[in-house]
Amino acid sequence: MTATTEKPALTAGRRPPRLARRAAGRKRHSVVLNILMTVMLLYAVLPLFWLVVNSSKSQTALFSTFGLWFGGKFALWSNIHQVFTYDNGIFVRWFANTVLYVVAGAGGATLLATLAGYGLAKYDFPGKRAVFAVVLGAVAVPGTALAVPTFLLFSKLHLTNTPWAVILPSLVSPLGLYLIWVYAAEAVPTEILEAARIDGAGEFRTFLVISSRLLGPGMVTVALFTVVATWNNYFLPLIMLSQPNWYPLTVGLNEWNSQASTIGGEAVYNLVITGSLLTVIPIMATFLYLQRYWRSGLAAGSVKA
Amino acid sequence: MSLNPAVAAGTRAVPRRRNGPARRRRAHGRRSWTGWAFVGPFLAVFAFALIVPIGYAIYLSLYRQQLIGGNAFVGIDNYKTALSDPQFWASLRRVLLFLVVQVPIMTVLALLAALALDSARLRWTPLYRLSIFLPYAVPAVVASFMWGFMYGTQFGLVSRLRSFFGGHFPDPLSSNWVLGSIGNVVTWEFVGYNMLIFYSALRAVPGELYEAAEIDGASQLAIVRWIKLPALRIAIVVSLVFSVIGSVQLFNEPEILHQLAPNTIPTNFTPNMYAYNLSFAGQEYNYSAAIAIVMGILTVIIAALVQWYGQRTERRGTA
Repeated sequence: MTATTEKPALTAGRRPPRLARRAAGRKRHSVVLNILMTVMLLYAVLPLFWLVVNSSKSQTALFSTFGLWFGGKFALWSNIHQVFTYDNGIFVRWFANTVLYVVAGAGGATLLATLAGYGLAKYDFPGKRAVFAVVLGAVAVPGTALAVPTFLLFSKLHLTNTPWAVILPSLVSPLGLYLIWVYAAEAVPTEILEAARIDGAGEFRTFLVISSRLLGPGMVTVALFTVVATWNNYFLPLIMLSQPNWYPLTVGLNEWNSQASTIGGEAVYNLVITGSLLTVIPIMATFLYLQRYWRSGLAAGSVKA
Repeated sequence: MSLNPAVAAGTRAVPRRRNGPARRRRAHGRRSWTGWAFVGPFLAVFAFALIVPIGYAIYLSLYRQQLIGGNAFVGIDNYKTALSDPQFWASLRRVLLFLVVQVPIMTVLALLAALALDSARLRWTPLYRLSIFLPYAVPAVVASFMWGFMYGTQFGLVSRLRSFFGGHFPDPLSSNWVLGSIGNVVTWEFVGYNMLIFYSALRAVPGELYEAAEIDGASQLAIVRWIKLPALRIAIVVSLVFSVIGSVQLFNEPEILHQLAPNTIPTNFTPNMYAYNLSFAGQEYNYSAAIAIVMGILTVIIAALVQWYGQRTERRGTA
């Protein structure tokens, strides 16, 4: 019992006393707090509002009208049409590449992190401490630090300019492993595993039938982290890919953006802005749809680090 | 300590108390290779995508490309060059300045927002929580475009403000302001993420603590000081590690804004940009690898310091 009072995190997710307090407390709304938070909300939303407004402008109107309100002819549909048809519809190709990198990279990363986190939480095996140390150390080393060395290695192996160059490094999510490890320690009671063993179930069968279901919310959290990370990945594909055919959306959009500053290049800011909007919409939709799982999973991970 | 599965399971094994400990010891003592089947696939990719590149970078950093005769072993010469390279130091100083200004501002903002969300005094808590968290989903590329175009003098916004204020409004992309302008982009992207980390930690505080405090007649400020902030301690440490690492490794935002402000954001603006440009514009792979290793070591030292600090506070908490 001492463990529960000192480590409140163990009761995360089941908090009837807290809810009771909220209902019974009946606190007044604070005007000052509401105003301050509204300011923060506006700060968060302002650039997105700018993006929507300016997606509706033609290239000339972008420069001639006030940035934070609609102006000129409403050109959103023609902008969208141009985005999809410009340069033989390369945007569609970039979109498909991004989806490929997300499905293979983030999907694979979630799977690998789940298996490994579960293995670390629920099994004792030779060399476990070493695995702990290495992986925990790696949580701190971000992808960007290794991007250049990884590029050098991959170019030696002739992996650059292939989808593998983007997918393989995306498959490793030490943070994901860590979250699942913490989550599995709590969400999968050892008693259930023991019971399954006594009933004669194999270890993988137990994982597939019982544990993977209990790990669901943790897996969704990791999936969201990795999906956002791969959808938004820029540095890695920038380094690894030199052919526009394999670009993801982020690198492609920046290529369009830099056209204006290259000699003989055509400025297509309206396409950069509308393309950005089209890049942001799917990831935000996913994000808003799944964020409640994200939150509960984060609670398990962040509190007990 | 709380991470030990036996502890977590133990809190639930109350009914079978008598044989509980024995069972647990046996379950825990079952050393077999089965665990490797679960951990193996991850470790294989981990080794290939993380360990091998590190090893290869170390190898590269010890050599130098020569005009005649290929690679020559030069020992730690590349590291010596890096440590006496004014361009490298300039980039390092810049990210350290960025770190000591941007990280505290963002962390305090996130902390205040999380406390506000948790105060039960807001009218639309979920609306605030979601909208402030939303920028986290926006790619750094798009975030830099949006802010960059708003900063830029070509696109309506800042130029309008400047003519409105009669030229007294600073140019966000001028050399005096550009670091702050990048800080604003990064703050915008991550303040909601950190807020959510803090908010999740606050939600895990048991209600009895607040009830006890109210019975004792504690003020809201006292509750924040003596209950909420201590409960946030570990979450703050975690968030700080990620923010500090993010600052030291800064790349995307300045790299993209570089096109809008090539003069005020040089190619050695951050260590990562410097390493990138050494490799891809200068073909100086060996030297670039040495810089990557130096930055990696620096990051690991910082992470180790914070981890050590985190462990110390946890141990003190259980004692």
